[in-house]
Amino acid sequence: MINHYPPAYRRRMYRFNYISLSFSILILTLGWVTTTLASSDSKIEIGISEYTKTDERHAIFKPKKESKATTDHTKLKELQGPFFSGPEVTKACLECHNTAGHQFMKNKHWTWDYKHPKTGQHLGKSVLINNFCTNARGNEGMCAQCHAGYNMDSPDFDFTNQENMDCLVCHESTGTYYKTPTSKGNKACSVMFEGKPAIDWAAVAKSVEMPTRNNCGKCHFYGGGGDNVKHGDLSSVLFDPPKEVDVHMSEAGEGFTCVTCHVGEGHEWAGSRYEMLVNDETGTGKPGMPRETASCESCHSASPHPITSVQGIKLNSHTQTVACETCHIPAIARGGVATEVDWDWRTMGKLKDGEGFKLKEYTQGDGHHRATYKSIKGTFTYAEDLEPMYAWFDGTMNYTTIATKFNPSKGPIDINSFSGSHDDPGSRIYPFKRMHTTQPYDKGNNTLPYMHLWGNDDSALWGNYDFGKAIEAGMKKNGIPYSGEWGFIETYSYWPINHMVAPKDDALSCSSCHSHDGRLDHLEGFYMPGRGKNEMLDLIGLLAVLGTLGGVLGHGALRMIATRRRKV
Amino acid sequence: MTTHKILVFKRFERLWHWSQMALIFTLLFSGFAVHGVYNLIEFGDAVTVHTWAALVLLALWAFAVFWLFTTGQWRHYIPTADNFITVARFYAFGIFKEEHHPYRKTYRRKHNPLQALTYLMVKIVIFPAIWISGIAYLLISFGQGEIFSWIGLGPIALAHTIAALAVLLFVIAHVYLLTTGHSFIDHVKPMITGYDDVELSNEELAYLKADEPGVLKEGD
Repeated sequence: MINHYPPAYRRRMYRFNYISLSFSILILTLGWVTTTLASSDSKIEIGISEYTKTDERHAIFKPKKESKATTDHTKLKELQGPFFSGPEVTKACLECHNTAGHQFMKNKHWTWDYKHPKTGQHLGKSVLINNFCTNARGNEGMCAQCHAGYNMDSPDFDFTNQENMDCLVCHESTGTYYKTPTSKGNKACSVMFEGKPAIDWAAVAKSVEMPTRNNCGKCHFYGGGGDNVKHGDLSSVLFDPPKEVDVHMSEAGEGFTCVTCHVGEGHEWAGSRYEMLVNDETGTGKPGMPRETASCESCHSASPHPITSVQGIKLNSHTQTVACETCHIPAIARGGVATEVDWDWRTMGKLKDGEGFKLKEYTQGDGHHRATYKSIKGTFTYAEDLEPMYAWFDGTMNYTTIATKFNPSKGPIDINSFSGSHDDPGSRIYPFKRMHTTQPYDKGNNTLPYMHLWGNDDSALWGNYDFGKAIEAGMKKNGIPYSGEWGFIETYSYWPINHMVAPKDDALSCSSCHSHDGRLDHLEGFYMPGRGKNEMLDLIGLLAVLGTLGGVLGHGALRMIATRRRKV
Repeated sequence: MTTHKILVFKRFERLWHWSQMALIFTLLFSGFAVHGVYNLIEFGDAVTVHTWAALVLLALWAFAVFWLFTTGQWRHYIPTADNFITVARFYAFGIFKEEHHPYRKTYRRKHNPLQALTYLMVKIVIFPAIWISGIAYLLISFGQGEIFSWIGLGPIALAHTIAALAVLLFVIAHVYLLTTGHSFIDHVKPMITGYDDVELSNEELAYLKADEPGVLKEGD
């Protein structure tokens, strides 16, 4: 029974899909009847619903491998229920796992809080501003659906209460578990979360196991408000990727889950974008020595290429300057799911017959239509199979936080900037996805503001469509001074690319970079063969060769003329 | 003094010359591809070809240096002022008046003084520049070049490229000068058969006849 899903689950899954499909058809039909716009362009979708479709793709089930665990949770009497809420299940978990609560209390998935060890910056989802939906702070009602806790609806959440921890979101394996907003949004948003079947708490509690990609993916693949919106290298494709998209996670490849690489103990695991390890020279370590590192080198070593060829030896010395990801992830957003590369908030708030709507004018590789406009968010641009941006990176990110003042005339603001250079032996050339956004800022204080996006009131952006009110409310809620004046500013954010490693035959070729106008053409300040950067030398060389050729040709021509003259 | 056909270029010398030619053409072609002058060969393939050809050439040079010193053939490259001006004047003026080349090969000097000086410069300036910078480049780029890393790959590559340009200029001039004889073939032939016309004193002739069988061409 524990090896495979019980037939009852499977039936329920099919029924669930059938219900939601009918539900979508019903909504679409209603849309046709009630609006004239929809009939003229079927790509327009009335309403601001966000997640009804993606929910269906939150879990993909495969036959389970035989468990080697010494405890079969389905048989534990503590988990038979009945349970009526998440915290009740957590309480049952903690009765046996009596240190799990203390461990998880330090985890970022719970704290949403991070103090950067090098820059000293106070980071984490609870405080940061990004260039997608901008800020989770103050919008916990919506955003905390991806908080590994129960009922976080404001920054005043009780982080000391272990029973508020959500064990199930990471450990349940039925795929029937879901979370909904912890507070009410504007009436226009309520349609998003209706029509869901009730959670069978005992069933999900008994299904617990090590996190699968379904658990991690349901938040991490949908960051930024949709499939692959944020990262570019983390999308629903990874639920069941073909080998050419991800050689590690593909069933035809290694069949890894997320935690195969993101290893750790005591509810702390490796892999952080705030402080990254880009120069893992320890490599594989000694045999049997587990390394709590999510680096390529921790499995492949720092000299992974075969030394039986010149190119293999040469590639091994590249690991001193180039991250593995740079060559082995040839493009971002592969496998048919697009990523957002531009978000323009300036167009936010257009309505059709007084209602918010979505315009789905981008059809991505897998055939799904993606919204190019949403009334609540503005205009989006997508990209697939996108060439990454490459830069020297030492692993340390610096953030433009709520406290950072900037000079708006100095071009786009970097939401996160990073250091690194050729002269720093700890830096590597690294691939990034660069996100460009035009978003509101506090024009008087020259800072990024907190916006009040979510709420059933007259200032929440989502429903009222008024930046001024949303910023004023968002700042007031958090006790941060607001000048009262706002404008739009361009921003960039940089997303290190680590996932969707391609099979080795699809890695970049030498000439992808070692050529004129190659991928690293823009990187300055160091010698790299094949780029043709030394124009002075090339000019002198050309003149010398032409001069010599001219010399010998001239000498030869004079000889011919002299010979001919004598003959005449 | 009489002119005789003798074996000027021994078998090793001819093997050395022609394999060196093939390797230098290979290295010039692959090297300027690595430098980024053209895309006629993929960068990675160019690096592989260049590396192997360079290693083979280094081995060949090791044999050549050994050969030059053990056979005493290095003496042919000692610079000399004798006839230097005469030969230089010939290339600048006489050649246009169809004068005969003023230099006659002798048993002790198979190159004219201009030639000898050029080959000496190639041997002690251009080639060392290319192999010292090349070995440094190879070691650094294969992760073993700590002793050179203070210079940096950029300056080493620059020196290597400049030396490579000098080789290319030498090749152009060298090939052109082959046309200045009676014919191109006449100049190339000795390096293929080994035999060329050389002025011999009576003593030299007697010595070769007596002690160096096979050097004097049969029937000569």
